[in-house]
Amino acid sequence: MTALTALIRRDLHVALRVGGGALIGVLFFLTVVVLMPFAVGPDLALLKRLGPAILWLGALLASLLTLDRLFTADHDDGSLDLIVMSRTPLELACAAKALAHWLAAGVPLIVATPVLGLLLNLDGAATLAVALTLLAGTPALTLTGMIGAALAVTMHRGGLLLAVLVLPLSIPVLIFGVAASNAAISGADAFGAPFSILCALSLASLVIGPVAAAASLRHGLD
Amino acid sequence: MTLIDLANPTRFLSLTAKVLPWLAGATAVLLIVGLYQSAMAPDDYQQGATVKIMFIHVPNAWLAMFVWGIMSVAALGTLVWRHPLADVAAKAAAPIGAAFTFLALVTGSLWGRPMWGTYWEWDARLTSVLILFLMYLGLMALWRAVEDPSRAARAAAILTLVGAINLPIIKFSVDWWNTLHQPASVMRMGGSSLDRAFLVPLLVMAIAFSLLFITLHLAAMRNEILRRRIRTLQMMQAGRPTV
Repeated sequence: MTALTALIRRDLHVALRVGGGALIGVLFFLTVVVLMPFAVGPDLALLKRLGPAILWLGALLASLLTLDRLFTADHDDGSLDLIVMSRTPLELACAAKALAHWLAAGVPLIVATPVLGLLLNLDGAATLAVALTLLAGTPALTLTGMIGAALAVTMHRGGLLLAVLVLPLSIPVLIFGVAASNAAISGADAFGAPFSILCALSLASLVIGPVAAAASLRHGLD
Repeated sequence: MTLIDLANPTRFLSLTAKVLPWLAGATAVLLIVGLYQSAMAPDDYQQGATVKIMFIHVPNAWLAMFVWGIMSVAALGTLVWRHPLADVAAKAAAPIGAAFTFLALVTGSLWGRPMWGTYWEWDARLTSVLILFLMYLGLMALWRAVEDPSRAARAAAILTLVGAINLPIIKFSVDWWNTLHQPASVMRMGGSSLDRAFLVPLLVMAIAFSLLFITLHLAAMRNEILRRRIRTLQMMQAGRPTV
């Protein structure tokens, strides 16, 4: 247990201090959202309708951008080998790393959502709904993304390969995240059903993600 | 004769060399019979002659999913049983599965143009098959990203199994999201809703395409084994000290 806490603390420190770059994700999120009005035009009514979709897409791309850091830096300085060889089960270590990554890179995205919602002409309730769905959905993005990150680090080439592997897997999260946000905003459909499925996806990826990532690290590193 | 006996690549090569001509012949005969029956099948009262696209489209769509199933079994073979030919089977199946998926998408959109009035519709079935196609391409990219085949095999096996868990989730999520494609009509509770005039050629074509897959897969596995042997020979040659 102490080993896992130490791992989480270390990852948080590394991510948040100079050179960590966890907050780059938020900056990227902001930039993507700011780019949207240039693409679709500064029509506030249209932006309001597209708002949840834009925020979700921005958060998805921003979390993809930072996923590369989940294992690469540790692999470069050799600490990943120590983690793999340590007596702590690798599955738990992967889950701890995912938690630290989500705290450092996922939570800031959720915190930034209200500001960005303002730019997209979303009212308070809508912004809250999007932030709530992001809170339920971003763990799934991190945990499924971790599988891709583990595969990519054993390949010695992350980047584009990571995106190609991870994006198709994140489609259900995107569908239910946007569906739940829109349901909360329009009030036409039930909010509970898509939101529960979103939570279920996060819980399911909590089981699949660490196991698959640990397997790929164990098989892939030499 | 068990699966373990085939673990020896040389034995596999000699066995498939005997089996392949027969398989290819059976495939050709069934394809000719199936295509003839398809061409002779009556026009649908609503869809006209375009209903015949179905005889190509449906077997391709079945195989698109079936091949991922085969690759998942092969992935288990790589990770659990360490069967030496499992990763060869998985690698050889991926491009063939991608081709079947692509054909299912193309024939479907050719049928959709006169019937639905559009080549592409963001419908659940179409979208999930498109995602399946993207995942085949991602898997092929993963295979090509590493030089060492055995390391690539384990990474690809993990991705295949994750995909096998995820594909039903994607399927149900898009089902819920938007739908237009007709529901299953051949295999369903209470018997097929298809008339015999359509069902018989469809089943013949389905068997023909399955045999086509097995033929292509075995041939591709032979090529892959030979390719690996050449690679090993080249590396031995390169490692030999020069005089």
